[in-house]
Amino acid sequence: MSEKPSLFDLALTFNHIALASFGGGLSAWSREVVVVEKKWMEDEEFLSAVTMCRILPGANQVNLAVFVGVKFRGIPGALAAVFGLTLVPVLLVLALSYFYFQFHEVPALKGILKGAAAAAVAMTLSMVVKTGRKCLGGLIPVLLFLAIFLMNGIARWPLLACLSLLAPLAVAWGWPKEKKP
Amino acid sequence: MNVKTLIQILLLFSSLSILSIGGGNTVLPEMHHKAVDGYHWLTDKQFADVFAISQAAPGPSILIVTMIGYKAGGFVGAVLATIAMMIPAGLLVYLVSRVWEHAKHSPARKAIEKGFAPLTVGLILASAWVMSKAADHDWQAFLLTGACTAIFSTTKINPLLIVAAAGFIGWMGWV
Repeated sequence: MSEKPSLFDLALTFNHIALASFGGGLSAWSREVVVVEKKWMEDEEFLSAVTMCRILPGANQVNLAVFVGVKFRGIPGALAAVFGLTLVPVLLVLALSYFYFQFHEVPALKGILKGAAAAAVAMTLSMVVKTGRKCLGGLIPVLLFLAIFLMNGIARWPLLACLSLLAPLAVAWGWPKEKKP
Repeated sequence: MNVKTLIQILLLFSSLSILSIGGGNTVLPEMHHKAVDGYHWLTDKQFADVFAISQAAPGPSILIVTMIGYKAGGFVGAVLATIAMMIPAGLLVYLVSRVWEHAKHSPARKAIEKGFAPLTVGLILASAWVMSKAADHDWQAFLLTGACTAIFSTTKINPLLIVAAAGFIGWMGWV
């Protein structure tokens, strides 16, 4: 990380993330911008923040904006990041609401959305590939990865149930080994 | 629109904000129950439609509350619902992130960062799976997803161009 981003930087960056995520894939876009492009955080710090933001109540992406904003600029930073993340989407959703409740349908966007959604899934999968290359070296991390995917993705267990089983194992595995003198 | 409705909006969404452990989508059933069956702000069909619209629009998917707030209380209702849904949970994140920053060099933080990384990657894969199922993808869409994944993972082409191209392919009706 070179230097602390300004409030304006934070707002602009999260606005960029929000607009890029047309069709979905907001987590992947957040990483692409925050970790890869801006180098504000390392992958490990970013990934653990993502999971903390999922555990805590609230919309995951709003929480992540708060987290990143607070890290650099305290409460004003959080407000700037959330403002940037939500302003344009809220205006857009308001316009869509107006159309929908006036005309009972939204102008033909269905096809575009279908294509964009396929790309958003791809963006999310490529985040799995890129971050997995770094943190899935070894048997235990691969088992943790597979176990939570099966529990949360396939079996659709609630997040808290999955984590109460797996998080203690993961933290025990990740605990820094004491260095021998 | 009246003051009573605005107070109902404020109370409903700020309490849902605190209850939404695991993400905004976890309180959708409760939101549906209150907004449709309780307050009659919108019909069942309208709820399903605004859900689909808010999922597709850019930005956080929780903006479904903006649409419900709009229907219940106009522009003011929309803004109020959005803010009410974000502030309580946001405050909690603020507190946790302060503690986290404070614990920068503790072994517990190092262990959580290292140990949670594989779990997070697994959860991201799970959300890709759920997104794909929710979008009701057919084999053409899966093919497009596969091709885009390969491009995203192996090239440095700006991902926005790929999303735009995929949108174009969808617009032409090829998927």
